[in-house]
Amino acid sequence: MDFMTLIQLLDSTIRLATPLLLACLAGLFSERAGIFDIGLEGKMLAAAFFSAAIAALSGSVWLGLLAGIGASLLLSALHGLASITFRGNQLISGVAINFLAAGMTVLIAQDWFRQGGRTPSLSGNARFEPITLPGADQLAQVPVIGPLYAELISGHSILVYMAFAAVPLTWWVLYRTRFGLRLRAVGENPAAVDTAGVSVIALRYAAVAICGLLCGIAGAYLSTALQAGFVKDMSAGRGFIALAALIFAKWRPWHALYATLLFGLFGALETRPDVITAVIGMKVQGQLLGALPYIMTVIILAGFVGKAIPPRAGGLPYVKER
Amino acid sequence: MDIMPKWAEVVLVPLISLLLAAALSALVILGIGEDPVAAVKLMVSGALGSTYGWGYTLYYATNFMFTGLAVAIAFHARMFNIGGEGQAMLGGLGVALACLYIPWPHWSLALIGAALGAAAFGAIWAAIPAYLQAKRGSHIVITTIMFNFIAAAVLNYVLVNLMRPAGSMDPATAQFPKTVHLPTLHDLLAPLGISFSKAAPANVSLIVAVLACVFLWVLIWRTRIGYEIRAYGHSESAAKYAGISPVKITMIAMLISGGLAGMMAINNVMGEAERLVLNATEGAGFIGIAVALMGRSHPLGVFLAAILFGFLYQGGAELALWTSIPRELIVVIQALVILFTGALDNMVRLPLEKLFLMLRKGGV
Repeated sequence: MDFMTLIQLLDSTIRLATPLLLACLAGLFSERAGIFDIGLEGKMLAAAFFSAAIAALSGSVWLGLLAGIGASLLLSALHGLASITFRGNQLISGVAINFLAAGMTVLIAQDWFRQGGRTPSLSGNARFEPITLPGADQLAQVPVIGPLYAELISGHSILVYMAFAAVPLTWWVLYRTRFGLRLRAVGENPAAVDTAGVSVIALRYAAVAICGLLCGIAGAYLSTALQAGFVKDMSAGRGFIALAALIFAKWRPWHALYATLLFGLFGALETRPDVITAVIGMKVQGQLLGALPYIMTVIILAGFVGKAIPPRAGGLPYVKER
Repeated sequence: MDIMPKWAEVVLVPLISLLLAAALSALVILGIGEDPVAAVKLMVSGALGSTYGWGYTLYYATNFMFTGLAVAIAFHARMFNIGGEGQAMLGGLGVALACLYIPWPHWSLALIGAALGAAAFGAIWAAIPAYLQAKRGSHIVITTIMFNFIAAAVLNYVLVNLMRPAGSMDPATAQFPKTVHLPTLHDLLAPLGISFSKAAPANVSLIVAVLACVFLWVLIWRTRIGYEIRAYGHSESAAKYAGISPVKITMIAMLISGGLAGMMAINNVMGEAERLVLNATEGAGFIGIAVALMGRSHPLGVFLAAILFGFLYQGGAELALWTSIPRELIVVIQALVILFTGALDNMVRLPLEKLFLMLRKGGV
């Protein structure tokens, strides 16, 4: 395998890891506050549709991004209503949100565009175009560092840089701010937070809202940057891979980055079977690579390789007095 | 003490949830510029207006009975089995192996053999998450979700690389032999002098599904193990104190659950397609969640909810055929049913409980 193939492979790793990373951090905020969220998939899908649809109608991708975030926040509010206010089952609420998004996106797409559940193809200002970082063209001729900078680091859409910047930001918010401390506490022991006079309900709604925001960006990335338009079921299980990455990362922001990059690499390798054959001298089934994130997560969950312990109050509705 | 009388709990709460879901669905239909009343009429005539329609409604209902019962038994042990889809996929593999590699002399023997194969494969697929939950404390919801994806990958590999007949491009097994063809409702009802559509796929598996409902009722309410499962579901600590082993109950409940989900394959794989294709389950494993929630995890409730969803499925197909409403409307209705009967249960229940409390105080 030559150097350029490696660069290409890592480049598509970054592209494929970005939506996983955003959704994984989204899940991190929610689950660290004690709200399980298996509706990441649905929120991404809804955001993907509304960003592509509004971008196609208005011609502005930024309006599209806002619409996508709005749709995702709306579903987050529904999840909050069901699991925080009405103390319902958070897992069942997540399942409902996934189906709601899967059905509604096609229904509305068919009503608005009549193209079999897809949006028109996006181009120009209706899409997030790759950004060339300063100096990339000049450096491109320098050996090793040149291609590394010009091909791998430069030339992604703004959302990719936002996703990577979200990792240190998440770390800072969770571990260096008062809000972050309370958020983590509410996922471990909500009664203690309540005793301290801080509203459990408000904290949990805030966490669920941040989750919606990040899922919205992830969905917008899918339909306006990674691809040029929405197609039916385009999230294709990414919300669940993000969930797997979250467990793999044991609910920590930096590890979420590593886990999603690893799962992104599996995705990139799936499209380049020739590279695997060249490197390990053996054919690996595409299906195996596709299933690897799930298999690895089950192994981690089983505690054979380090134990993944979720936030202690995760999944439990908080009742003030019994 | 119960705040609400039993009939309100069993009938009123699900009914109000269903009405809320129906009202919102009607709004959705209005929103995309169609007439909800005309849509319902079309659905009723398409799904129930002919024996052909009934044949499809009952065919779908058979699938949903199996998957609904699978989710229901897990609910009784306070576990959420999202893995019905994957277990049903593996069940299909069990059916295909039994039908293709064993020379059955008669369909009745083949049905028993294939049902056992389907149940065994489904149960094995549920056994791994169950074991991990019981012994290693891994959350069963997450592991069963992961196992759905792994099942899809396994099935894809087996169909593309191992079981595909030479020369065929289609990722599917060979056609099953003629001897394992299951009699359809047309074949079963003709000797009784009742004419039933020949083209509809409803078959003898429907009877197996109804028997499974009865079996589950007996198991849950009339046997020792059923009592233990319910006790464990109500209070794990109390069950432990009474000498009930959590590991045993988790394993047994999930084995039955996976077996039931797997048995769906005798209907869709053996009864209808007569070969195993990719995506044979068509999401029936997930509909089982809505069916179990609506049926309040009671076999009779599951039976009725499965027929309702069978009606919605066939009606939805008719709508997609004759109007501009896509099939995905059914996915929305399914989501709303899950939302109102599952996640937003308290939203319906709490005001009702208040109402009954007021009525009682007024009465005394």
